[in-house]
Amino acid sequence: MFTRRHLLGLEGLSREEILSLIDTAGTFKEISDRDIKKVPTLRGKTVVGLFYEASTRTRTSFEIAAKRLSADYVNISAPTSSSSKGETLLDTARNISAMRPDALVIRHSASGAPHFLAKRIDCPVINAGDGAHEHPTQALLDLLTIRDKVGRLDDLTVAIVGDILHSRVTRSNVHALRTLGNRVRLVGPPTLLPAEAAAWGEVHHDLRSGVRDADVVMMLRLQRERQGRNYLPSLDEYSRYFCLNRAALALAKPDAVVMHPGPINRGVEIASDVADGAASLIMQQVTNGVAVRMAILFLLVNRVRAAAPDVPVAEHAAPERRRKVG
Amino acid sequence: MGSILITGGTVVDPASQRQGAFDILIVDGKIARVCGAGEAGEADETIDAGGCWVVPGLIDMHVHLREPGYEYKETVQTGAQAAVAGGFTAVACMANTNPVNDTGAVTKYIIEKSVAADLARVYPIGAVSVGLQGERLAEIGEMREAGIVAVSDDGRPIMDSALMRHALEYSAMFDLAVIAHEEDLALAGEGCMNEGPTSFRLGLKGMPAAAEEAMVARDIALLERTGGRLHIAHVSTAGSVDLVRRAKARGLAVTAEVTPHHFSLTEEAVGDYDTNAKMAPPLRLSSDVQALLEGLRDGTIDVIATDHAPHHHDEKDVEFDCAAKGIVGLETALPLCLALVREQGLAIETLIRAMSPNPARVLGVAGGNLAEGAPADVTVIDPHATWEVEPERFQSKSRNTPFAGWQMTGQARATIVGGVVKWRMLEPAANGRRKRSATR
Amino acid sequence: MATVERQVLDALGVERALARIAHEILERNKGVDNLVFIGVRSLGVEIAQRLVDKAEAIEGIRPPSGIIDITLYRDDLHRASQTPLVHGTTIGFPIDDRALVLVDDVLYTGRTTRAALDALMDFGRPRSVQLAVLIDRGHRELPIRADYVGKNLPTALNESVEVRLKERDGRDEVVLIRAEEG
Repeated sequence: MFTRRHLLGLEGLSREEILSLIDTAGTFKEISDRDIKKVPTLRGKTVVGLFYEASTRTRTSFEIAAKRLSADYVNISAPTSSSSKGETLLDTARNISAMRPDALVIRHSASGAPHFLAKRIDCPVINAGDGAHEHPTQALLDLLTIRDKVGRLDDLTVAIVGDILHSRVTRSNVHALRTLGNRVRLVGPPTLLPAEAAAWGEVHHDLRSGVRDADVVMMLRLQRERQGRNYLPSLDEYSRYFCLNRAALALAKPDAVVMHPGPINRGVEIASDVADGAASLIMQQVTNGVAVRMAILFLLVNRVRAAAPDVPVAEHAAPERRRKVG
Repeated sequence: MGSILITGGTVVDPASQRQGAFDILIVDGKIARVCGAGEAGEADETIDAGGCWVVPGLIDMHVHLREPGYEYKETVQTGAQAAVAGGFTAVACMANTNPVNDTGAVTKYIIEKSVAADLARVYPIGAVSVGLQGERLAEIGEMREAGIVAVSDDGRPIMDSALMRHALEYSAMFDLAVIAHEEDLALAGEGCMNEGPTSFRLGLKGMPAAAEEAMVARDIALLERTGGRLHIAHVSTAGSVDLVRRAKARGLAVTAEVTPHHFSLTEEAVGDYDTNAKMAPPLRLSSDVQALLEGLRDGTIDVIATDHAPHHHDEKDVEFDCAAKGIVGLETALPLCLALVREQGLAIETLIRAMSPNPARVLGVAGGNLAEGAPADVTVIDPHATWEVEPERFQSKSRNTPFAGWQMTGQARATIVGGVVKWRMLEPAANGRRKRSATR
Repeated sequence: MATVERQVLDALGVERALARIAHEILERNKGVDNLVFIGVRSLGVEIAQRLVDKAEAIEGIRPPSGIIDITLYRDDLHRASQTPLVHGTTIGFPIDDRALVLVDDVLYTGRTTRAALDALMDFGRPRSVQLAVLIDRGHRELPIRADYVGKNLPTALNESVEVRLKERDGRDEVVLIRAEEG
């Protein structure tokens, strides 16, 4: 049962919480198949989307989700800027909060921005992606998609391939996959796969060994900027070693599924025929994204305060924080 | 000024190799007598140092007083006030003000402010390069005549190796140490915390230990060639400690300092994006903390200095990426240092050596000892006083500390500068809470 | 707080009531032609299944049935004492122009029925909607009435009615629960 006030990440969520989110999301799927794709449950509620990073797909997904629940949705696309220019994030959020939204969806390039807001404003906060930290709704829709197709969410071997270092999708997925009892492989060049990753999953610098006998292969988008910073010499070279094509996919289990959070760079991290092939769940991911976001909005806006006390934002708060010095 | 008798305490004076029950008589701003208990006679004021350490005035050789230019964060006056409240009789302040302290005029300005404040002594540190731009040498000679005690571009590293080399050579002419802020900006530039398991988990860009160690190694290599004196500011990694240890073993004139936050906290203090745990160099791993403690024990690290870096609330209460780097330290240093004696087996004389005679020696200033005839800079430390860190009650203008709410043990009972009590902890009130106040 | 339970319908009583309702439905609708049953989560689902079984036994044809979850149509979630659970709606056939029998365990304020009607309207336009409930306990807050009632049970506001079914609780019965004073 998920009773938290905010959805800031999947780190620290229990198995029961994660599964209940996925179960609830599953029940919302049929609404999108109806003729009248609307239920009145959030009628009169206001959801504000604050997107500091360009994102058509996630933004649209949240907007459709809110509207299908009969909520009013307002989108604010703020230009990416440091807090020294113009209004600070906090002031922007406070101004919005003063207009009494029932939920705030935030995407920001600074890791920790949703946590920062959650401590300071008065409405539920949903993390739509913060820096390289987490993207919880993406991971939830990934898990829902896997379960729909594969039939289970435990004891799977999941290979995540690409720019692990900068990937919030990876971090959210790994938290959830490990909590649910799956094996994670992290695949990529050493420049994008730091030593710390070994504590999170099995590290592979070779695509073929990384996907061998995997049940699920998740490909990450490679951002073109990485070349400029010398993480990679060129996209061509990356693609030669890490692009998922038919031959590489053939090394995974025969019924392995292929996923990608989108948007895909055809030919860079994933070959067209794999992206469009039978094993690909990319379109289902998008469909499930709306259901997941409907479920999250429903649960957070309808949350009963008395039902459960607020759990601290991170379980990993420093033990030194209240330490007696002697 | 009246005479002062400090009686009943345990004197710890490493410079004179004296430790034990001694009384100290202060007359006309100087240590007049150090003698057995009760032998000194009468004085205008008697300070009861029962249960306390009586030590040469503590010197913090790395603080940022923000004046001129950033008076909204701190001024020389409020910084000097925070210093005496923390038990420090002297501080050395860095040059990253606005304008930068790269001329005699700014040096004199700072000195004037400190004389007017008349609290802790304030020794200005001059910039190595004009405007801290890292391109041209500043007029070190002019600043020396105006009163600087060392040179440093601290706040920023000196990325140009040729400039660093020349700085070491040139400052040797004036017997000034070059205090180096070691940070390879290409490796660490965008980082906001240590590069390690916590930065990976939080999705924050990290500053690898190698960014510090590469520069430490470079500067030690330069020192071999240039002569002069190199002082490594805020050492934070095991690798850096090791480099300094080996350089000293080769007889090089390198000294090093560590901050109390680096030996008291690890990168985990960042927790859920607490900007009060953001500073440069960043908090590291527990293995680094162990190496720093070992460095203090074996003398590889000569000095404890706070890197007191006040920032306004608006500069810290933002997203982690955007928050200013640095924390205040003058008013929390002492209990954190005393915890090393109490819990980590550091000898008290080693601690005091790192907080008084050693910094005095690196800066070439008076103080650091309680010999008869020396200036009467004395700190009376109550190692048992318990108190809670309440940032709202700091003497400093700024509140950016990761230690808010901590229960501390140890505090300055009295801070005496030039024979005048500049800070006094009042006797406990009826409810057991000690009151604190400044006195002139 | 202690509670006192009194059984108002035993297993045989439940069975007889459902059998009578099934007959009444078939009589009024002249058989199962064009008839569909929709059970309201959660107990309405099992009761609807039993009615469908009985209809099949009598008529030899099994009418279609579906499940409706009205959580997303409730008007009182802000007063809920527990976080709402959503289990989903499954209606695998068109309802346009059908005679629809809505099935629930207890009719009380009428708000659940109103929510169910709202939900059904989003699925289509049935020719008629009839309401079948096992217990009508009175205290309506909306102008809603049941077409088929297993038992009318006058209750006080501080009492609650609990329906227990073999499929879930191991036995069929209906109990009236009252909080014990003092």
